[in-house]
This record gives sequence, C-alpha cells and structure tokens, in this order.
Amino acid sequence: MIKVEAVSKSYGNTLAVKQVSFEVSEGENLILLGTSGCGKTTTLKMINRLITPDAGNILVNGKDIAKEKPEVLRRGIGYVLQNTGLFPHYTVAENIAIVPKLLGWEKEKIKSRSNEIIEKLHLSEKYLSAYPGELSGGQQQRVGLARALVTDPSVLLMDEPFGALDNVTRTSIRKEFKGLEELKRKTMVMVTHDIHEAFELADRICLMNKGEIVQIGTPKDLLYKPVTDFAKNFLASEKLSLEFKIISMDDIWDLIPSSEPVSATSLSSSVSVWDVMDKLQSAPSLVVKNPSGEQKNIAFSAITEAFKRYQKKQSHE
Amino acid sequence: MSENQQSLWQFMSEQSDKLLNQTFQHVGLTFISLLFAVLIGLPLGILIARKRKISGSVLAFAGVLQTIPSIALLGFMIPLLGIGAKPAIVALLIYALLPIIRNTYTGIVGVDASIREAAKAMGMNNWQILFKVELPLAMPVILAGIRTATVINVGVATLASYIAAGGLGEFIFGGISLNNTNMILAGAIPAAVLAIVLDGLLALLQNLNFKRLRKVLLVLPIFLLILSGFYLLPKAYGSSLTAGFTPEFMGRQDGDLGLKSVYGLKIHTIVISDAVMYKAAFEKELDVISGYSTDGRLKAFDLTILKDDQRIFPPYYAAPIVRESSLKKFPELEKVLNLLAGKISDSIMTDLNYKTDQLHQSPEKVAKDFLISRNLFKVSKNGKAGIVRIGSKIFGEQYILAEMYKMLIQGNTDYKVATKTGLGGTKICFDALVNDQIDFYPEYTGTGLLVLLQPKAEFAKQIAHDKDKTYRYVNDEFRKKFQIKWLTPIGFNNSYALMMRRKQSKELGVYTITDLKQYLDNNK
Repeated sequence: MIKVEAVSKSYGNTLAVKQVSFEVSEGENLILLGTSGCGKTTTLKMINRLITPDAGNILVNGKDIAKEKPEVLRRGIGYVLQNTGLFPHYTVAENIAIVPKLLGWEKEKIKSRSNEIIEKLHLSEKYLSAYPGELSGGQQQRVGLARALVTDPSVLLMDEPFGALDNVTRTSIRKEFKGLEELKRKTMVMVTHDIHEAFELADRICLMNKGEIVQIGTPKDLLYKPVTDFAKNFLASEKLSLEFKIISMDDIWDLIPSSEPVSATSLSSSVSVWDVMDKLQSAPSLVVKNPSGEQKNIAFSAITEAFKRYQKKQSHE
Repeated sequence: MSENQQSLWQFMSEQSDKLLNQTFQHVGLTFISLLFAVLIGLPLGILIARKRKISGSVLAFAGVLQTIPSIALLGFMIPLLGIGAKPAIVALLIYALLPIIRNTYTGIVGVDASIREAAKAMGMNNWQILFKVELPLAMPVILAGIRTATVINVGVATLASYIAAGGLGEFIFGGISLNNTNMILAGAIPAAVLAIVLDGLLALLQNLNFKRLRKVLLVLPIFLLILSGFYLLPKAYGSSLTAGFTPEFMGRQDGDLGLKSVYGLKIHTIVISDAVMYKAAFEKELDVISGYSTDGRLKAFDLTILKDDQRIFPPYYAAPIVRESSLKKFPELEKVLNLLAGKISDSIMTDLNYKTDQLHQSPEKVAKDFLISRNLFKVSKNGKAGIVRIGSKIFGEQYILAEMYKMLIQGNTDYKVATKTGLGGTKICFDALVNDQIDFYPEYTGTGLLVLLQPKAEFAKQIAHDKDKTYRYVNDEFRKKFQIKWLTPIGFNNSYALMMRRKQSKELGVYTITDLKQYLDNNK
C-alpha cells in the first residue's frame, strides 16, 4: 500500500509537483498519466527516494519512507526504467541477481529463483549467460522486469516501462504483461504518456497537469465524468477507441437482445467490445456467455446498437 | 651501413650488462611513477566526477603541471628532494597525473545516467555504485589514460639520467655528448621498443570484453608492483664518498675511464646532468663532481678543484672553428674573430660565467660589458652584406662567446649576423657546421682531438697534454678532413676537473686526485 500526502517538489523557481496526494491500495495498479513535464516521473521517483520531496509525507506499507535508510527502502521496491538500465557489463543472470545479492541471498536460492522468474517472463534460459547488448529491445525489457520482480517485492514502480520499444513489440509485451500471474498481487505505480497504455493496464488513472492532479479515477470515470475541460480535452481525440476498449460485454449485456445461441463455442462476457468487434470481422456472429451462464448470439449490428445506447446512458448520468 | 649496424650490435653486446641495468631501471622508473600516479590520479578523478564544481580547477592545475618543461621540473625537484630516484619518480608522476585524472573523470561522467539510476534504485549505496557500476564501465577509458601516461613516462624517463636516476637516458645523453652514434642508438632503440611494446600491451587490455577485463584487472596491480620492483635490482657498489659524473665524462678516456686506469680510483658513481651537478655538490648530495675549470658555478658554490697530479685531463683551449668556404665568402671574418684571441684568461672566463649563471645577467650584457672594458665594442653598422651564422653549444660560456662574436662582426663589418645558439652537445653543433648550417662556433682543442677526431689511443696520449701540439694537429686534420679552420685560441683553458666542496676538501685533507684515491682506500 502506498500513501502520498500533500507532497511538493520544486527545482529552483519551478514547482514540479504541487501538493499531490493519492493512495494506492494493495494489489492495485495506479497509472500516472500526463504530458511530458507534468510532474508524473518526479512523483514516481519520490516514492523510492530517488528524489527527495520538499514537503509532505509518503508512506509505503504503512511506514514513513523518510525515516528509512534509502538503500534498504529501495531494495524492497521493484523499479523498472524506460531504458531498462541493465548493466552492460553484467550477464543477464548477474543483472537479475543484483538485488538478491544486496539482500544477502544464498547462491542456490538466487539461481533457482532466477530460473523461475525468467521462465515466467517467457525468456529462454540460454539468455542467462548473455550480455544485455546481445538481446533485442523486447527481451531487454523483460530482463529489466525480471530484475525488478526477482525478490517478489510487494510494491513495483515503473517509469515508462514500454517507452523505448517499437509499437509492435510494445503492444504484444503489454498484452503479456497484463496476463502475468507474478504481477497480479503487486501494488503498482506506473508512469506513462500513452493514453491507450494507461487505459489498458490501469485499475485507476491519475491524470496530472503542471504538477497537479487533475483527476483520479477508474478509466470509465475519466471517460464519462471528466472533472475539468483539461481532462475532457486530453482524451477527446482518442475517446471512441478508448470506449471500445474499456467497455466490456458485461457492461452492455442488458442492452443486447436475447437470442438462441447458434454455435457451441462461446466467449466470456468480460471481453471488451473492441475484441468482439475484432472477431466479428471474420465471422457473421458470435456466442457470448455471461457469468451466470446466460448465452447470447451477437452480430455486428446488435453490438453497435447496444454500444450506442450505452454511450447515451452514460452521458445522461 | 652494414658496418654501422654490426658495430651497433657489437656495442650493445659489449655493454649488455649496462644496457640490461639501464633497461631495468627505465622500466622500474616508469612503473613506480605510474603506480603512484594511479594511486593519486584515480581517487582524484573519482572525487572530481562526484564534485563537478571543482573538476575545472583540478584539471586545469594538472594541465599546467604537464606544461612545465621536463628538465625544469627535474631542476625544481633537487632542492626539495635531492637527486636520484626520488625527484625523478615525483617528476614522472606529475606528468602521468593529467591523463589518468582526466580519463577517470571522463570515464565516470560518461556512464549512462539510466544505468546509474538503476543501480541507485535497486538499493546500491554510493560505494557499491562506484565499484560495481561506474569504475567497471569507465575502465576502458581509464585504461586509455593509463596507456597514455605509460608512453609519456617511458619518454620522460630518459631524462631521469640528468639527475642521477639512471635509465636508458644515460646512453642517449652520453652518446650525444661523446659523438657516439652507437651509444645513442643503444639507448634510444630500447626506449622506443619499450614504448611501442607497452603501448601495444595496454591497447590489448583496453579492448578486452568485460568478462576478461575483470580477471585481468585483478592481476594488473601485481604486475605493476613487480615491474616497479625492477628499479631496485641494479644497485651500485657503495663507498664513503659519492661522485656525480656527466654522461659524457663517464664515457671518455680523459674522464672516468682515465680515472680508473691511471689513478685506480674506485668511487660510488652516479650519472648526472651538468645542469644540476654543481648544485647537488653544494647541497651535499654529491661529494666529488666532474666539472669544467672555468665554470661560474665553481665560484658560486664555493667548490675547489682537485689537482690532476697525474695529468689525465688534456687542455681544452677554446677557439672559433670556421668553415673555409665561409672564410672565402666573408673575407673580413677571420680578422674580426681574431680580435678576441688571447683576450680571455681562465679567471676572466670563470668570472664571466659567474655573472651569467649566478648573477643572472644576460649573456648579451655580460658580453657587451666585457667588450666595452677592453675597448673592443663598436656600435652595430647594421650592415646587409650577407649573413654570418654563429652556432653555440647549450651552455653559458658558449652563449657569451657567441654574443661577443656577434657584436664584433656587427661593429666592425657590414655583415649581418644570425645566431643559432643552444645546439645541444658537441655532436649536434659540429654536424651543423659540417653540413653548412652554421659558419662557425667556439670549440675546444681537447674536444676536437678526443671527441671529433678520435685518433688511436697511443697517439692521443702522446700529444694530448701538449697545448701547441694538440692545436697544430687538430687544425691540420680539420682542414684536411672537413675543410674547417681553427682560428687563434681565445686564451682560457676550459678543461675537465674533479671538484669538491672547499670545506670538505680541507676537512678530509684531499687536495689532489691521488689524495682522493688514498682517502677512499683508507675509508672503505
């Protein structure tokens, strides 16, 4: 659990972060979103004391971080950087073993845990003896993630973790990231300027501008209940595609007419409208099943109709 | 050419003991100073990488140290550290410092900021970041600095022989003084090979990958220590007094060789440059030195000449030696140069030298004052009828003589004058004359006989002690062999002489070289 209370930081005369407060509950993924220079990275780096705040308190797992030794604090928090920050003079195995060694783990434990984490991240064991320079960008980013996760820290901080990757690699690694068992229980704060990434991965989004929080809320809150013009305009150009991605079949279930299933295979109703429409490109209709076992036959016209009605309903609330 | 090569090989094999000693000393000097330079430069480089504000001034200071001429730096060291290894090591260290500090700084500052941030974010403390991240990543750049420093040190270490620290410079400078090409090459070739080999080895090291580099770096300090230890290997035998002889004196029949064969003198000897020898004697670093009888420092440092009772030092009467072609080209030249003939005695020359060396008057002023006092000075005619080129060796007396000749020529003829002073030792000056780079320079009869003509030892012995015979012989031979004429001698005899501090000479009762030998034999 992370608690940030009225934290400020200035550089010279510029106030980089103004009175920022938020809470991230256990297992939650909070994404700090905003344009460059909005203070999101500064905020993130104050959580593991890479940057010292001028005012305010930060609590990690209930403890005031200002009272802890910075090195000890950092060893307990996973950190993933945009440019991976892998040591070029260490092999992949040595890179992963950095924090365990600092914590004084035994050799055997380091080895077995390294093998385990590398397997979970879909990296072949043969890369353990390679140097980072010999890996592709996507592989390097996975090693960076493995290095942050190897000690299984309860808190994970990520600074634009996919920022340095090309679009194709980025989309696929993001999908993989979402499915990682290893990340499910983590309390995460992640920085990004990519709206789609934020909406895809976040439990809640903290939208920042000029060092201040504009709005904190679920992706749906941001889309349908923007609190300021800034929040509204920030998402305006991407709004439709974001909606397709965050609205699931569950959300529009009641708005779809009932029908008899015509096929035996069915999709779960937790999938997004986007995914269903994507599948309807190659089939005239699909069967979707909701958690209570009810099945509905869905065609393109039905889903667009339901989606429109859902949109209208949201804007009236 | 083949004959020359063969004789170089012969020289090197004859002198193989000395050569090996000097090479060991050279390697030792290079690496001791390198070791200290790394011990000082590396932490300093790290410090300024951490405190960037002071980096500018530290690098500027090290840069200034680097620009001090090496001979001057060695000279500064003597009052502080005496002569021998200590000042040489300190001087070399100072030269090696800049590349090491600068490259350590550049290497560390150049480490990718995201890597440093990652190290910090994972919970490494400052020391861990330094040793596990910054230094390993900066190592190729740091090694490049050490490589530069090594090559610089091999070069500058040749100068260490000037202050009695040994090394291959002993051969190089001895050879230049003695007009012995083989001797020069016997020092210069190993020094060059040493520089190339060390440069190559360090280049290999620099290009190793991280994995191998880590292993090598563990061995490197041990390697450095062992090479440093080379300096301690050659140890000269000890005696109650210490002598400091110039490289030239060491190799001459009328020098150290004669002292050994005629007097049977056995004294602990170190090789040292003329420039610092007198001062070292004054400061009691040395007891006996090989000086020149007209040197101004004799007076300044209160030294006394030991009588050459068995007459091994031949006379060295100074006279201008001129190309015969130049005498034809400038018909009035001979008459003008002879204006100085017989005008300067030993004591006058010592006094003139004292004025330049110790009272720091310019050679020009000393020359002018002297000419005025003898009514020889005339205001320059600013003539434009051809340029007479005057040469001089690189010491004070020659500068004064060159200035006098310049004023005499300008005042009495319509010729223009160009001076090419400071032409190193005898060999450089004489080669310049033979190759028509200069028209004349002042030379000494003894040098002409023993260094430039080098007749058979038997014959040299016969005539070397007779002033007139020597003069006639060199003049005849020079005209035949080189078409160069010796004009009338100036008067003074600047011969070699062994000197001691006047006080010590009195205390020990040592007034002649035979006294010295007996004293040494009685006080082993």
